[in-house]
Amino acid sequence: MNRLLLIPLILFIVLVGFFFIGLRHDPNGELPSALLNKPAPAFQLPQLQDPTKTFSPKEMSGKVWLLNVWASWCEPCREEHPWLVEYSKSAKVPIYGFNWKDDRAAALRLLNENGNPYVLTVSDTDGRVAIDYGVTGAPETYVIDRQGVIRYKKALPLDQDTWEKEIVPLVKRLNQ
Amino acid sequence: MKQFAFAITLVFIVGGLFPMRAQPADDAQLEQRMQALTQQLRCLVCRNETLADSPADVAEDLRRQIREQMKAGKSDQEIIAFLHERYGDFVLYKPPVKSTTYLLWFGPFVLLIGGTFMLYQYLKQRREMIADKPLSAAERKRAEELLTKDIT
Repeated sequence: MNRLLLIPLILFIVLVGFFFIGLRHDPNGELPSALLNKPAPAFQLPQLQDPTKTFSPKEMSGKVWLLNVWASWCEPCREEHPWLVEYSKSAKVPIYGFNWKDDRAAALRLLNENGNPYVLTVSDTDGRVAIDYGVTGAPETYVIDRQGVIRYKKALPLDQDTWEKEIVPLVKRLNQ
Repeated sequence: MKQFAFAITLVFIVGGLFPMRAQPADDAQLEQRMQALTQQLRCLVCRNETLADSPADVAEDLRRQIREQMKAGKSDQEIIAFLHERYGDFVLYKPPVKSTTYLLWFGPFVLLIGGTFMLYQYLKQRREMIADKPLSAAERKRAEELLTKDIT
């Protein structure tokens, strides 16, 4: 038996293996964030509730906090919203909202109707700051440490699992 | 009917020649440069589209920002660096050569060299197989025996 004859079979099996991995791999899955372990980009944006006031991440230095990108037009954000309200009650970490390319009235209405999990929300109406953060969609959540460095990013709606297994332990560790 | 079909065809042809794009007429050159640059960049929302072609909202924002940076006199390299810093390697259709992409860049050449080597080995082996080799004394003797043997 010629060993060479086995080569096409082996190649075929390898190819099938690649296809198999490819099928199980979500092409729209999460991408590694380019900003992970880098300082959170600085910004100064008006607050949603009171646009005469601004907020800047500098004010949070020395604290571990969450920045949650959301919008009233974003369906997955609505799914995530009740969870955020619940997490905010547990008071394990302050959650700041980043209202992205949204209509102010619609955003305020959503918070009034469904509860407000955010300490405060900033409005990035034209989406400029979102580009600095590499935002590709909503919702997105960032964990920022006491030095103002991004330590975690989730480009999916938060759920019980992510919150308990990833965010809470990380916040605990960063607070030590 | 024929004329109607002709009119429709004309609409499509002419429409194809002038794509609907927000295009500031006074700055056609800049727009052209923007198009050329965004052709090499990937949209992060519709992952298989270039930044030039994507209709996504984020892509529109990025194109706006690229236009502004071009107006501000930034070079293409600087703009690519700006996007790379924020969105990572994924934004580049041409990934940089680094340890995690060695396989991607050099894999095909390794396969090519390996394949050439295998082909060479195979051809060499085949030449040896088809070459006329004189029989040795022992082989000749055995052949004669076989041929003269009584078939009964």
